[in-house]
Amino acid sequence: MKILVCISNVPDTTSKINFTADSKAFDKNGVQFVINPWDEYALTRAIELKEAKGGTVTVLNVGEADAEPNIRKALAIGADDAIRVNANPTDAFFVAQQITAVAKENNYDMILMGKESIDYNGSQVHSMVGEMLGIPSVVPAFKLDMVDDSTARLEREIEGGKEVVEVKLPFVASAQQPMSEPRIPNMRGIMTARTKPLAVREPVSAEAKAEYVNYSKPEKKGGVKMIDPENAGELITLLRNEAKVL
Amino acid sequence: MSVLVFVEGLNGEIKKSSLEAATYGSQVAQQLGTTTTAVAIGDVQESALAGLGAQGVSKVLYDSDSRLNQFVADAYVKVIAKAVEQENATVLVFSNSNIGAAVGAKLAVRLNGSLATNVTSLPKTDGGSFTVTRGVFSGKAFADVALTSDLKIVAIKKNSIDITSGEGTATVESISADLTDADFAATPKETVMQDTNGGVLLPEAEIVVSGGRGLKGPENWHLIEDLAKELGAATACSKPVSDMDWRPHHEHVGQTGITVSPNLYIAVGISGAIQHLAGVNSSKVIVVINKDPEAPFFKAADYGIVGDAFEVVPKLIEAAKALDK
Repeated sequence: MKILVCISNVPDTTSKINFTADSKAFDKNGVQFVINPWDEYALTRAIELKEAKGGTVTVLNVGEADAEPNIRKALAIGADDAIRVNANPTDAFFVAQQITAVAKENNYDMILMGKESIDYNGSQVHSMVGEMLGIPSVVPAFKLDMVDDSTARLEREIEGGKEVVEVKLPFVASAQQPMSEPRIPNMRGIMTARTKPLAVREPVSAEAKAEYVNYSKPEKKGGVKMIDPENAGELITLLRNEAKVL
Repeated sequence: MSVLVFVEGLNGEIKKSSLEAATYGSQVAQQLGTTTTAVAIGDVQESALAGLGAQGVSKVLYDSDSRLNQFVADAYVKVIAKAVEQENATVLVFSNSNIGAAVGAKLAVRLNGSLATNVTSLPKTDGGSFTVTRGVFSGKAFADVALTSDLKIVAIKKNSIDITSGEGTATVESISADLTDADFAATPKETVMQDTNGGVLLPEAEIVVSGGRGLKGPENWHLIEDLAKELGAATACSKPVSDMDWRPHHEHVGQTGITVSPNLYIAVGISGAIQHLAGVNSSKVIVVINKDPEAPFFKAADYGIVGDAFEVVPKLIEAAKALDK
């Protein structure tokens, strides 16, 4: 089974978010980058399936060279090889086209990625890739098992419940908790990752359809109003009469 | 040119988030000097569809094929694409639900449209542009995004638009997209609805009561549930709580769980790790109850009580009961 796992290189979850002086771009200065946490669920599940059923796991990142430490980390966790499409990802449509171009050349049995990235929170790329390839996309899935060699069984979240879906390979799925328990790379993994193949290819021509023109931060809150725990019931009155939310 | 809104049903009624999308669509239509049509699929009562007139929708296109009672992305896409074509829609509006984001993305590819999800504002349409604001960086920032294709597709973040309620009834017409078996290849085998504890779905809830490790164990969750019941709220929890299986994963709110934006978020015994804040920081009002005065969550709160949950929450329940009387 050939599995493609798409990973984003995103600011660490504890990062303070800042923008350039003209508010037109994210300011990477002083920011640590990690594998997108949602993508880690997809990556670990892919590796678990490979360990149980055989096959290969290829990691794909659409990004610039500074993503390579996290691509190597994915290899250290257990992916077999990696591809980096050398481009600054401009929007979801651009990224989906790059993933689709790689997928068309390699006939993967499944394409997995996180349900969204924690930076742009788009939840679009997986469904776009499914549509571009003409194969089903099951999103967002929190359980993924193989029924037999050609059919997978997924559980996906719907508002208010879950659905069980069985799909023939190939398909696209996005991952969310608790699909797997992300792994920390061990020393042996880190050493072998250094020699695993990481191919760099140039992007296919694709136009972005959403142009990010300005960034801003939410207004700061006015401060917290503390209430005496002895008179905790006063809070309910304030929520009704002052905040007007009850 | 028209604005088309996709509305989702639940138990025959229209979801609150879809009423928000319909309101948004009508306001965009007003801005552009055109009309608003809705497209609905599956299990929705006709009276609920006609009621969309209150949100400014003039016509509803309805596909009542019972195979669409369950969500199947490819089939939904085909019906909505037909509606776009029939109405000559230039703006397509969804709620930013799991269904809305998935279908919106597929339609963007199929119809060569530009898509923005997680949208929090009406568009700026000066000089023919179409620029919306959307939440990015897990609620830590906003981005203004210009959509450049002829067809603009937007998915509206829940609770970011106040639902309007006016006069009027929408006409309901049927639509059919000649669906084939191939369109239903990924039909769910089984659908299991969660126990929503009084019928309030967490992603749609206007009030959320959420518990953390400060509750000390699942046996104490009745405090959270009782307060939620009195306030008509949904219940939620922090990541450690779902990791320890005190509560199911679908209640986990935070960066890698569910993102919520209710009018009121009450956090009990949650210290407020930055990953938790990322899931709740667009709530309109945040209340924090924690016995540690140094808990970082107080910095993000509007109201705070430093106290033991086991003493404070029963007082809140009593006060909430008194309000009802």
